[in-house]
Amino acid sequence: MNKELRRKKRYQAEKRFQLYGIIAISLALFFVGLLVFKVFSDGTSAFSRTMIKLDVTFDANKLGITNVNDKDEVDNADYYTLIYEEFIKSYPFSNREEEKQIIKLLSPDYEFEAKNYFLKNKDQLNKTVTLLLTASDDFDQLHKGNFPRDIPEDRRRLSNYQLKIYDQFLKDGKVEKIFNNYLFSKGDSRDPELAGFGGAILGSLFTILICLLISFPIALAAAVYLEEFAPKNKLTDLIEININNLAAVPSIVFGLLGLGILLNVFELPRSTPLVGGIALSLMTLPRIIIPARASLKAVPPSIREGALAMGASKVQTVFHHVVPLAMPGTLSGTIIGLAQALGETAPLLLIGMVAFVVELPGSPMDPSASLPVQVYLWSESAERGFVEKTSATIMMLLGFLIVMNSLAVYARQKFEKKWN
Amino acid sequence: MKQLKTLFFLILSFVFVSNAIARDQIKIVGSSTVYPYATVVAERFGKSGKFKTPVIESTGTGGGMKLFCAGVGTNHPDITNASRAIKSSEKELCSKNGVKDIIEIVVGNDGISFAHSVKAKDANFTKEHLWRALAHDVDVDGKLVVNPYKKWSDIDKSLPNYGIKILVPPPTSGTRDAWNSLVMAKGCSKTAKAAYEAVGKKAKKACVKLREDGFAIEAGENDTLIVNKLSADPELFGLFGFSYLVANKDKIKAAKVNGVVPSLEGIQNYSYPIARPLFFYVKKAHIGVVPGIHEFLKDFTAKKATGPRGYLTDVGLVPLSPDKYNLTRNSALKLTTIQ
Repeated sequence: MNKELRRKKRYQAEKRFQLYGIIAISLALFFVGLLVFKVFSDGTSAFSRTMIKLDVTFDANKLGITNVNDKDEVDNADYYTLIYEEFIKSYPFSNREEEKQIIKLLSPDYEFEAKNYFLKNKDQLNKTVTLLLTASDDFDQLHKGNFPRDIPEDRRRLSNYQLKIYDQFLKDGKVEKIFNNYLFSKGDSRDPELAGFGGAILGSLFTILICLLISFPIALAAAVYLEEFAPKNKLTDLIEININNLAAVPSIVFGLLGLGILLNVFELPRSTPLVGGIALSLMTLPRIIIPARASLKAVPPSIREGALAMGASKVQTVFHHVVPLAMPGTLSGTIIGLAQALGETAPLLLIGMVAFVVELPGSPMDPSASLPVQVYLWSESAERGFVEKTSATIMMLLGFLIVMNSLAVYARQKFEKKWN
Repeated sequence: MKQLKTLFFLILSFVFVSNAIARDQIKIVGSSTVYPYATVVAERFGKSGKFKTPVIESTGTGGGMKLFCAGVGTNHPDITNASRAIKSSEKELCSKNGVKDIIEIVVGNDGISFAHSVKAKDANFTKEHLWRALAHDVDVDGKLVVNPYKKWSDIDKSLPNYGIKILVPPPTSGTRDAWNSLVMAKGCSKTAKAAYEAVGKKAKKACVKLREDGFAIEAGENDTLIVNKLSADPELFGLFGFSYLVANKDKIKAAKVNGVVPSLEGIQNYSYPIARPLFFYVKKAHIGVVPGIHEFLKDFTAKKATGPRGYLTDVGLVPLSPDKYNLTRNSALKLTTIQ
């Protein structure tokens, strides 16, 4: 009887333990799910852009173009007035204030959009075409349903008059949602409807590239030397401990190092992916050395002995046989280290990459932001349109991280040899 | 291995070549309050096509001054934004590092709004109320004691009957500096000032010390986050620049201070009591070295930007009064330096 009872108790204990485990996992999943849900529900609308249709005649007189092939004339033509005058005709207004409210429904970039269209379609001179012009941030957010409209006028960004225009446009089929290519092709902007993370993606790519080019060769050399050549003594033990410690140093410290040495001593240009990459590579080094050493250690001694027995030198043994076999593990360690560097903001803060950069960087020497920095910058902006942009950037960043991590898993599984 | 070697040398050569390249893009650092205005002007400046778009970092006024005053040369920023005037200690640092000729541009005005959720009832505070709610020590019955107030109604019967909860910006923020000098120092009661002076403390410094018992919550520089916190809790108050109030008026509203609601006109003529000018500072030595600085100054002070109907008013900047505008426009055109 007693025995029976004790067995029952033990089974219960096991069940209880399993239950705790399930609760822990479902809690974790719940929070991840909540985060992903929030990011996606906020962010998906950023991938579309609200456009307003407008019939425009590219009148040569109004534009001041006498010869369509004269590049100077076409470049300096007055697209601003053309679109302005055409657009305010789309709804009746009675005073200057109302006129201003109409034009504010368009994004301030309309003159450039009209210009770009005309530069591509010069044969449209004196012809009437239907242009799709980007709507202003407020209009865009209203159309996407992110602005409530049933609140008093003085608490709304759009006036009653502007809402009437919106309803009229909607009825006339003048409002259209298209895929937001600006999000991918443009740099930062103060107008949410014109802002994109193209510059941030390029900045992140350059940073990661510099980081890879610097940290991978150095880390590999360090790992090979420590594992294959270095004598085992107190000095190498000390180095090993320090490498492990270095991996745990908070990243902001590397930012300070970058500020103090790269910017102040070497006088490298501020806010550039070059400096960012170098600072991040310091952070990534130990994170590559440790898995590289582990995978070198995992290569069985029989490989080395076999090579040495065939008359290979120590260097030949290492570089022809051991390193290639350790590569899969090293590579996956490298990719994971880089993925961590990709999501890093703190060191970039100190070397000035947290900056408003409009132009896309053409090289690692141009000032640029990076993806996590863009998240930070947009989350701070007052305009409502940046809320969805922030979430969209997070989605992009998560996408990159998932791709890199699956690449690491793939590299390990595809090329790794099992030793039995 | 050979390829790795070449790559490595490629990077090294990159590093050394970069030193030789001159900068052709204006660099701006400084206040997060001026940042939204400076970025709008910079973007338009870049779109005009003659020069590259300036790069702007938001480092806070103090951090910006430190970078700005670090020296002359293309490795140092050309312009720093500030939500308060340059301090004499910063001027000293500047001149010690060879930054001698500095041009001061007054951009416009900003009002700090003491805001809460639109769901809350309207409230009206005096500066002394605000000081009593936030100060570390206050006077009760003529004696200086550690701040005992837990509810607004403890301070004054006319105030709302709920707990004091105020989100304040960090000490590095220019908004906090302005709040200290405009509200905490001015709202400090005479009894408290006298009590401080009696024990030989400087009233100006002692009055601005914030309470540390959890009623004043330090909230970081992320104003959007603060807006969300405010809209979720109707009893919570926060301090902002005016532009955030304008952009989020469906979520938050400003409390009256001395009976005045912050408005464009009220901030411009300083009838709203917590208004302050915004600045930026330019290194004269960089004009002509980095292309476009003088043109940028002209653009920033142009009528269509900072004038009474300029595009910056749409983002919440309160334009200068006409005489002050002419003054600052002049110093932008003639590059007048400060002493």
